[in-house]
Amino acid sequence: MKRVYVDEKWCLGCHLCEYYCAFANSGKSSMIKALKDRKINPRIQIEGDNHISFAVSCRHCTDPICVKSCIAGALSIKDGVVCIDKNKCVGCHTCVLVCPYGAIMPSDEGVMQKCELCIENADGKPACVQGCPNKAIIFEERE
Amino acid sequence: MAKYVIIGNSTAAIGCVEGIRSVDADGEIVLVSSEKHHTYSRPLISYLLEGKTDEERMKYRPDSFYADQRVTAKLGVEATKVDAEEKTVTLESGETISYEKLLVATGSTPFIPPMQGLETVKKAFTFMSLDDARALEGALTPESRVLIIGAGLIGLKCAEGIAERVQSITVVDMADRVLPSILDETGSDIVRAHLEKHGMTFYLNDTVASFDGNHAALKSGTALDFDVLVIAVGVRPAMSLVKEAGGEVRRGIAADNTGRTTLPDVFAAGDCAESFDISAGMNRVLALLPNAYMQGHTAGVNMAGGTASFENAIPMNAIGFMGLHIITAGTYDGETYTAKDGENYKILFYKDDLLKGYILIGNVARAGIYTALIRSRTPLSSIDFDLICEKPQLMAFTSSARRDLLSRKQ
Repeated sequence: MKRVYVDEKWCLGCHLCEYYCAFANSGKSSMIKALKDRKINPRIQIEGDNHISFAVSCRHCTDPICVKSCIAGALSIKDGVVCIDKNKCVGCHTCVLVCPYGAIMPSDEGVMQKCELCIENADGKPACVQGCPNKAIIFEERE
Repeated sequence: MAKYVIIGNSTAAIGCVEGIRSVDADGEIVLVSSEKHHTYSRPLISYLLEGKTDEERMKYRPDSFYADQRVTAKLGVEATKVDAEEKTVTLESGETISYEKLLVATGSTPFIPPMQGLETVKKAFTFMSLDDARALEGALTPESRVLIIGAGLIGLKCAEGIAERVQSITVVDMADRVLPSILDETGSDIVRAHLEKHGMTFYLNDTVASFDGNHAALKSGTALDFDVLVIAVGVRPAMSLVKEAGGEVRRGIAADNTGRTTLPDVFAAGDCAESFDISAGMNRVLALLPNAYMQGHTAGVNMAGGTASFENAIPMNAIGFMGLHIITAGTYDGETYTAKDGENYKILFYKDDLLKGYILIGNVARAGIYTALIRSRTPLSSIDFDLICEKPQLMAFTSSARRDLLSRKQ
């Protein structure tokens, strides 16, 4: 299965992936409507300092501890993609407690959000990957 | 004769079904539960009363789960006896089921301490099951003055769940602080102050000396009038089936890292069983949902002839009250790093080059990075300790460790 991989060697720390993520998941057709004057809350987030930076988003682990730990049964694996059912989530933060990557966070509605590889939007290719100007975020199959 | 019999229908039992099916697609599974409900998320009962979920959404697995997993579910019938020599389970109906492998996932039951005059209280409830929650709900009115005995996880989640539906909530606990099982004194003070700000009243270091109808006399001399009583002082693992069958029980059912009890072909998982807590280096009952799932899944894999071992159990909790989030994990032992800013609080415990435990209140973002350091026993000398104290972040790892985390399939 294709997953998102990042290479800090190429990351510029420009944060564009965060904006593309927020736009892709906004459900809006215009980037301006989606992002202008809003504090974005993307599912991919840049970490780093002046020298090193890299993007972190869900790894879609083959044996995901978040799915095993979810108290609501809201997290599940669909065709390899770790998905969240926001209708079932109660925002208890147990997934935040267990995710070793820090890749699940509260959405603006209070329940949790995470990267779902843009399966519902952005034409099936993650928006962060499409938007990265330096190919530091790659969508491919790796062993 | 069923290949697999599972007693229980909550997290550990469901983990076991999924563990079995990861190895054996066809072997017959019979699941027996004293509760009549489709599998539901037990910790969600407070959210149910709060209106944040409903019975449909709090189902732990979809309606088609038993059919999809080819499980024969006998719901609403209690297992009364295990015969480990004959390898049978007897049900209250008199029916006997033979098994090749058995999982006991009976959970725990509320502990009700002897309290003078308790029988004179008309509206007294416990708070463990969906039926408990519905019964409590039926007794509540906007005028209800609710008295909760127990300022632990169950008592306070109950308090949060019903706070908007009642006139007042008073909590009594013999401990001198709230949530003593997961918080230190500073953390307890923050949470208590937060709950008091939301209108709750606490009588700590105190107990009920006697009840008389709607009146409670506390040991300290305080007299309280109430309409509804909730008893949430603690739970006891349900171990009688294994004990009476001759299996070893301690604080919980003795089970090893593979889920095996001391009885042949009998496994145990979840709140009824002990785990080996690697952060404390001892066996203990870790009555928390992720642990139940992982124990149950491990047992299921082994029951089906696979090989699995649950090697890194630790206490860990994510809980929140009135918008204030709390995440804790591990054992509070060793040197400490602390930071406090209003309701935001962090304390890390470290010893022998390992992170042993932590408490985060308020800002809990990315706490799982800390949890993983404990569970994987990462030497602190291999990471940037100053950065990890500042906040949970992958920047604290070396570049090559990060490459493993972010550039490889996990």
